[in-house]
Amino acid sequence: MTGTNPTVAPSESNGALATTVPSSAPGGLVKSVVALDRVVIRLAGDSGDGMQLTGNRFTSETASFGNDLKTLPNFPAEIRAPTGTLPGVSSFQLQFADHDVMTPGDAPDVLVAMNPAALKANLAELPGGGLLILDSDEFTPRNLAKVGYATNPIEDGSLEGWQTVSVPLTSMTLEALKDSGLGKKEAERSKNMFTLGLLSWMYHRPTEGTIRFLERQFRRKPEIAAANIAAFRAGYNYGDTTEAFAVSYEIKPAPMKPGRYRNISGNQALALGLVAAGQRSGLPIFLGAYPITPASDILHEMSRHKAFGVRTFQAEDEIAGIAAAIGASFGGALGITTTSGPGVSLKSEAMGLAVMTELPLVIVDVQRGGPSTGLPTKTEQSDLLQAMFGRNGEAPIPVIAPRSPGDCFDAAIEAARIALAYRTPVILLSDGYLANGAEPWAIPAVDELPDLTGDVGFATEPNGEDGEYLPYLRDPETLARAWAIPGTAGMQHRIGGLEKADRTGNISYDPANHDFMTRTRQAKVDGIAASIPLTDVEDPDGLDGEGARVAVIGWGSTYGPIGAACRRIRSSGRKVAQIHLRHINPFPADLGEVLARYDRVICPEMNLGQLSMLLRARYLVDVQSHTQVRGLPFRAAELAAVIQDAIDTAQPTAVTPSAGSPAVNGAQQ
Amino acid sequence: MTTVELGMPDAPTPIDAAIARSLEQHGPKVTDLKGKDFKTDQEVRWCPGCGDYVILNAVQSFLPSLGIAREDMVIVSGIGCSSRFPYYMNTYGMHSIHGRAPAIATGLAASRPDLSVWVVTGDGDALSIGGNHLIHALRRNVDMTILLFNNRIYGLTKGQYSPTSEVGKVTKSTPMGSLDHPFNPVSLAIGADATFVGRAMDSDRKGLTEVLRQAAEHKGTSLVEIYQNCNIFNDGAFELLKDPATGPMWTIPLEHGKPLVFGPDGASCVVREEFGGLRIAETNQVDPSEIVVHDATREDPSYAFALSRLSSQDLRYTPMGVFRKVQKPSYEAMMAEQLDEARLQGPGDLGALLAGGDTWTVDA
Repeated sequence: MTGTNPTVAPSESNGALATTVPSSAPGGLVKSVVALDRVVIRLAGDSGDGMQLTGNRFTSETASFGNDLKTLPNFPAEIRAPTGTLPGVSSFQLQFADHDVMTPGDAPDVLVAMNPAALKANLAELPGGGLLILDSDEFTPRNLAKVGYATNPIEDGSLEGWQTVSVPLTSMTLEALKDSGLGKKEAERSKNMFTLGLLSWMYHRPTEGTIRFLERQFRRKPEIAAANIAAFRAGYNYGDTTEAFAVSYEIKPAPMKPGRYRNISGNQALALGLVAAGQRSGLPIFLGAYPITPASDILHEMSRHKAFGVRTFQAEDEIAGIAAAIGASFGGALGITTTSGPGVSLKSEAMGLAVMTELPLVIVDVQRGGPSTGLPTKTEQSDLLQAMFGRNGEAPIPVIAPRSPGDCFDAAIEAARIALAYRTPVILLSDGYLANGAEPWAIPAVDELPDLTGDVGFATEPNGEDGEYLPYLRDPETLARAWAIPGTAGMQHRIGGLEKADRTGNISYDPANHDFMTRTRQAKVDGIAASIPLTDVEDPDGLDGEGARVAVIGWGSTYGPIGAACRRIRSSGRKVAQIHLRHINPFPADLGEVLARYDRVICPEMNLGQLSMLLRARYLVDVQSHTQVRGLPFRAAELAAVIQDAIDTAQPTAVTPSAGSPAVNGAQQ
Repeated sequence: MTTVELGMPDAPTPIDAAIARSLEQHGPKVTDLKGKDFKTDQEVRWCPGCGDYVILNAVQSFLPSLGIAREDMVIVSGIGCSSRFPYYMNTYGMHSIHGRAPAIATGLAASRPDLSVWVVTGDGDALSIGGNHLIHALRRNVDMTILLFNNRIYGLTKGQYSPTSEVGKVTKSTPMGSLDHPFNPVSLAIGADATFVGRAMDSDRKGLTEVLRQAAEHKGTSLVEIYQNCNIFNDGAFELLKDPATGPMWTIPLEHGKPLVFGPDGASCVVREEFGGLRIAETNQVDPSEIVVHDATREDPSYAFALSRLSSQDLRYTPMGVFRKVQKPSYEAMMAEQLDEARLQGPGDLGALLAGGDTWTVDA
């Protein structure tokens, strides 16, 4: 470590770089085009204002333009909280750039506030000097009073620290639609499309996709489609001609690997991954699910793919969802159940049954804030220990977690692979941030996806010496039991939740057998480590720990924020290794050795330290836990500060056992 | 049965392949079976004298008449004494968790319409912890046969009152008598719009077999309540109906198309009452035209429900037989139809699916 102490750069990249190019616009206005390397925009409005739709459309335009991007939808659990109130504010943030980005951005550069509530709820996060676009029509005395503004911030000077552009979005939308034949209330609803048009002009977004989308979306209501398109064009033209906006911005496409791309959310990717797993294993898919936020979209998406032999079953409750999936797996389907934390609680007993009957099953938990009903629409990683241990008895279940929206696709296939190859339930831990967040996704070639047909292997012939079928006779390598399905003659057998005798699967209360079977079930899950990659370490400054002395370890959706923080650290001249886990049960075989190479290991999590507890228990490593449960992803700047502090205070001799970190050496067992 | 109709004509799955291999190895399905072919090598572990033995024997004896191969039959159970049933049947089986058997069977039957799926459950399993799954299975009408062994007590946990126990029942958990009003399982099933509902007595081999046969042949969810004596914790619960001296007096045998006349010398009968209800009358006091002729096929469940309400919780005037048997499309068949309909647009093309929506290409 050198003696210098450079500060960490403030933004994810090295700060937004701007160059100005003047251009002329119609009407003799001189408008300039400023080139930026990245922008963070936040759209905020009332739950009924269509902010999520606007954000999604802007995202699609941006993705198809070729920028890299990440999104953060943030909305209340109430479908329509009282209009104009703070609890009713819904927002959508996205960062897009001419380079790869890892997060939706810590803070917006541009805030669009559709009403006083949206302004009040979001202004504190807009840095000074940021661009603020307001719908002045909504800043009425009544709306201001609703959120406790004594005076109108547009007029009282309180917004002087920002570049405020106050635009009568609502009345301009009404004006644009005065000949549309729509009533005032209906026409007003198009103001989000007016806003989208304005933003599309500001950032040089392609518009054809949105027009096609609106035509498709409202194909049964052509007058609504026409109105929305008219409002969208009006917004675009307004930007082009008004003096209020003298500058537009250009963000060049990001260099990406050649290939075909689409924009995809985590829930969408997860659903497609499950469909792909069915196709690549040849098995029919059976999804048993009960609607729950934020997982329901997986059920919706899957239910559209019946042509792929996908059966979806909206069950009477969470328990029936998993129970039906187990029944389907017994019949030879790939059984799947999708839910969030409260649903996992209800499914626990059935998960134990799947452990005992050793049937393939994929359990998707799209985590949200807990406990109990918690924060249904907000993200959290607090179900990890529930996934690991939340069942009666010794009931080991493999746990895997995707790291980004697009990665949900691969994680779903990997979950199915483990479930089929090892005849076991598998828990896939997504979360609200991944589920609703979106990013560009390189569309994979079907024949390059994992081939799961070899993992199915239904038994059709007796496997016992006496010509009988032994359902609990195991593959010596994987310890997977034989899987014979109903309809196969001579293989009739009974399975269930009572302890099984080894090999025969008959009921057994024998003490030695129970001890053996308990250890065998654990050994089977532990043995999955042989089929997964070694620990993924990203340390560009040195191979295998030769470089960095501090490592940051994470799992799941924190990959982006941790990665962005590590970039900042590296750009400040420091060294840090990023370790990110996809497999949490079992851990990669070399994880203990890897962790032991570092003087310090920091573990940021959106819970109160669940992975760090597992790592400490398993490897006796003095992991430093950094936690947050705000219902939102980490900010890269905050993580960078934590890492910087760890690096700058790291004792080069920390490998020596001390009272504070007694166990680092112990990890090399 | 030689082909498996999974609704996937153009895509043979590993399931089809496994069954085809099995047919190659074993030849055509064997459906010419004897009762003993359904026995397993497992020692039956119910208490000596338990009514479950009688039911097991009756089921094993009558199954061959259905002409279903053993490998095509799956019995799913929950928890409780009755739920040990699958272990004693040489078919596929799952002894699952408390109350969930109808849900597990739903997933199996929905994804494998080629199988004959059975659920064996008890009054605690089906009506208490699993009540929700039972009513939803019934309303969906998935093709399966549910045998509900009702002994009006919790046996496996050693004698607590159950959701069918009579009010005031003194048990270990109700030393001063139970306060709960019991469910009438038949009323409950009809309330859930079940398409087949029957009731039989464990000791009445002939009656039980007849109801089971009709239930098994019914396409859709069938529920058969079987009164079953627990000789350890609730002995004699159905004695009123079993005792040759009192049984005929209080039992109303249901036979489709026959007038509801019962009791010694046909002294009692069922007649209509106001508001669509039914009541018991003395046969010689009413005009024969007033006597209800049993019709299990009535679409409107009100009649079958009224029939189920004739009995009191002390079992007087208990109809036995098939209450209701109506045809309605079954869930798994409709599900398979939707899959077929979706495939009319062409089988799923994964490459096209993955590349769906707006896409763009980055050139090298």
